[in-house]
Amino acid sequence: MDTNKNSYTIIYATVMVIVVAVVLALAASLLKDRQQRNVEIERKQMVLKSVHLAKDAEQAQDKDSYIEQEYAKYITDSSITKDGKELVLYICNIGNGQKFFVMPVRGAGLWGPVWGYVSLKDDYNTIHGAVFDHKGETPGLGAEIATSHFANQFNDKKIFDNSGKFVSVKVVKGGAVEGNPHQVDAISGGTITSQAVEDMLFSNISEYLEFFSAQAKTRAEAQAAVQAHAASDSLSVTNPMENN
Amino acid sequence: MDKKIFIEPLFKNNPVSVLVLGICSALAVTVKLEPALVMALSVTIVLGFSEVIISLIRNTIPNRIRIIVQLVVVAMLVILVDQILKAFAYEVSKQLSVFVGLIITNCIIMGRIEAFALGNKPLPAFVDGIANGLGYGIILVVVAFFRELFGSGTLFGYQIVPATWYIKNGGFYENNGLFILPPMALILVGVFIWVQRSIQKELIEKQ
Repeated sequence: MDTNKNSYTIIYATVMVIVVAVVLALAASLLKDRQQRNVEIERKQMVLKSVHLAKDAEQAQDKDSYIEQEYAKYITDSSITKDGKELVLYICNIGNGQKFFVMPVRGAGLWGPVWGYVSLKDDYNTIHGAVFDHKGETPGLGAEIATSHFANQFNDKKIFDNSGKFVSVKVVKGGAVEGNPHQVDAISGGTITSQAVEDMLFSNISEYLEFFSAQAKTRAEAQAAVQAHAASDSLSVTNPMENN
Repeated sequence: MDKKIFIEPLFKNNPVSVLVLGICSALAVTVKLEPALVMALSVTIVLGFSEVIISLIRNTIPNRIRIIVQLVVVAMLVILVDQILKAFAYEVSKQLSVFVGLIITNCIIMGRIEAFALGNKPLPAFVDGIANGLGYGIILVVVAFFRELFGSGTLFGYQIVPATWYIKNGGFYENNGLFILPPMALILVGVFIWVQRSIQKELIEKQ
């Protein structure tokens, strides 16, 4: 057969494209459910990791169901509304009154999106933990943001300075100043990705500030009320004494 | 079947150091050993199977669109592998997602399909694909070994250089930042070619 004829070439190309399209479409739709489940498990694992839970997931016999269980046990999905937008805020309750707030953060890295989860202690100031991930940062350079080595630097950093101004956490090229609660080390060779993490934290966390200050205020009022109540209690205890 | 098809691409006729193909991805993924290994493995698999497919249909491909046909086959394989990994080995697929684009555009794949698969039977084509993938992998691992050891002081993520040696811990040692950056990969590949040419004198061009 003459494979150089125009008609042959066109038919060949058409058939090839259709075959390839069918194969890929089939693969994509057949595998979709499993893929989505994997993505969902990963999200849950990241949320848990940001509050330092589910650490032995890799050793678990059935990792997926282990993560589902842990997630159901500790995390409540919730959200707050700001300017008509809904912001996701996970609440983590590990018992004995300890509560953490997990914020999803999302930004633009060098080659694609970067994202992560940051958990805040209930003083609405101290970072409890953070995890980051990325779509396609350079392996060995920007991709290092996904390592625990980088993420653990954020533990116990503070997002407000002493005067109560929101400063977030800066990712400093050339090394953070020792003991500075608002700085972490950047990644050598991954300057743009490091900068992306810094920008992502600042813009995403600032969305939650209103909510946090409102929360802090109600809590302060509640505490004041409790104190006032305790004060009146002690009064009522002393009163009978006086009457005697 | 000729044994040479398998042996030669490993060193004597290495796709990177002799044919100088696939340099671009050798620069990108050799900062650490682990991604270098993942990349080498994926290229080997994709190269082996795309050579088989192209070799099977080699007599039907219209000459004027053969490059397009080759690209479509390679791209389909890469996407298929990526989709399957996403469903059944999610962790591996996350590692690989960076490389999917790099595999499709890897010059070794197009180069070997053009030079070998179009003119040979499926089995030799498969062996040629695997061998060239391994030859590529050897270079990647050698380069990544030196870059990770001197650039980060680790191998496969494990600390090799004792932590007490570092200046920040009161020692005398500092990681060499140049090793992390792409130019160092080019220098290392150059050194590899130099060493190879001093062993294999026949590679040196006549003046």
